[in-house]
Amino acid sequence: MTNSNNDLIDYVTGLGDDSLILGQRIAEWCSKAPFLEEDLALTNVALDFLGRAQMFYNYAAELHNADLGTDKSVDRITADDIAYLRDAREYKNTLIHELPIGDFAYTMARQFLIDSFGVQFMTELVKSSDKTVSGIAAKAIKECRYHLRRSNDWVLRLGDGTQESHERIQTAFNQLWGYTSELFEMTASETALLTVNISVDTTVLRDAWLKQVSDTLKQATLELPKDEWQINGGRAGIHTEHLGQVLSELQYLQRAYPGLSW
Amino acid sequence: MKKLLPLYEVFVRSSRGLDHKHVGSLHAEDPAQALEYARDCYARRSEGVSIWVVKSSNIVSSQEDDAESFYDPLDDKPYRHATHYVLPDPVNNM
Repeated sequence: MTNSNNDLIDYVTGLGDDSLILGQRIAEWCSKAPFLEEDLALTNVALDFLGRAQMFYNYAAELHNADLGTDKSVDRITADDIAYLRDAREYKNTLIHELPIGDFAYTMARQFLIDSFGVQFMTELVKSSDKTVSGIAAKAIKECRYHLRRSNDWVLRLGDGTQESHERIQTAFNQLWGYTSELFEMTASETALLTVNISVDTTVLRDAWLKQVSDTLKQATLELPKDEWQINGGRAGIHTEHLGQVLSELQYLQRAYPGLSW
Repeated sequence: MKKLLPLYEVFVRSSRGLDHKHVGSLHAEDPAQALEYARDCYARRSEGVSIWVVKSSNIVSSQEDDAESFYDPLDDKPYRHATHYVLPDPVNNM
């Protein structure tokens, strides 16, 4: 495949993967959240991420198909093909998005870490020189702000709540911390796109992110975890064993009954 | 089931210039959370431009038992309705 848009396709596919996998994870709470109102709120958030994935995948498919030109011998792809017909190694989401939902504290701790990053990231991505990417970011930033408002709230409630809630969310942050460094790493594609002002330089976002996270954790009487270990690999397709389990549920119908539709 | 969170009543204004309308209730820990849940439970299909939440226990309401003293005395006071008055012919379309 001679592809002039390879970097951009990689980039938007990776961002779509982050959204789809996290959306699928949060959706696991559907009908199982602690109470009805939270059930609706969580699934709203899940749907926001699924919608974002769809926008990124639509664009990836569009770019891919454009590169095919008038070549009729190759099939055009759709967003659904990207979501349902790739294996784990082809998924490029960062690892923090694929981890199991754990308990409610773990779910909200992860949301908080990702939402604080998401607000910073989308604020920059809005400035992308690519109009479609910038448009998706403009929609996403509003969602991110609301998500952060919710998850920030829950970190405060659980951290400064009962002894048990405090312990649970502190444990969650300790377990998740090593996965956050990957959010601020740049792939070769991202770096290449930076020169044409399409991508975001995430390496410079960490200080502001860390300050926000530190402030909230302090207010929640929680301790900022130490940087004892770090893990990465998601953007290169090297995943935890959990991604395969997410995909088996996500892709089951299309794999078992190819082409099935509503 | 564990103790339920306090109950809040939700009012949504569907567009500018209209009144807030009672749309339902929900449970939440405090007013801030109630407002967020109201957004997620009652405004997720773009139903509103403004939301009020009020703790249900703060609402003072009339009781069924009060009906006799509250409303019955008004039944024999037709002069409080505009339709009671016979208008002169020149006044059309009142």
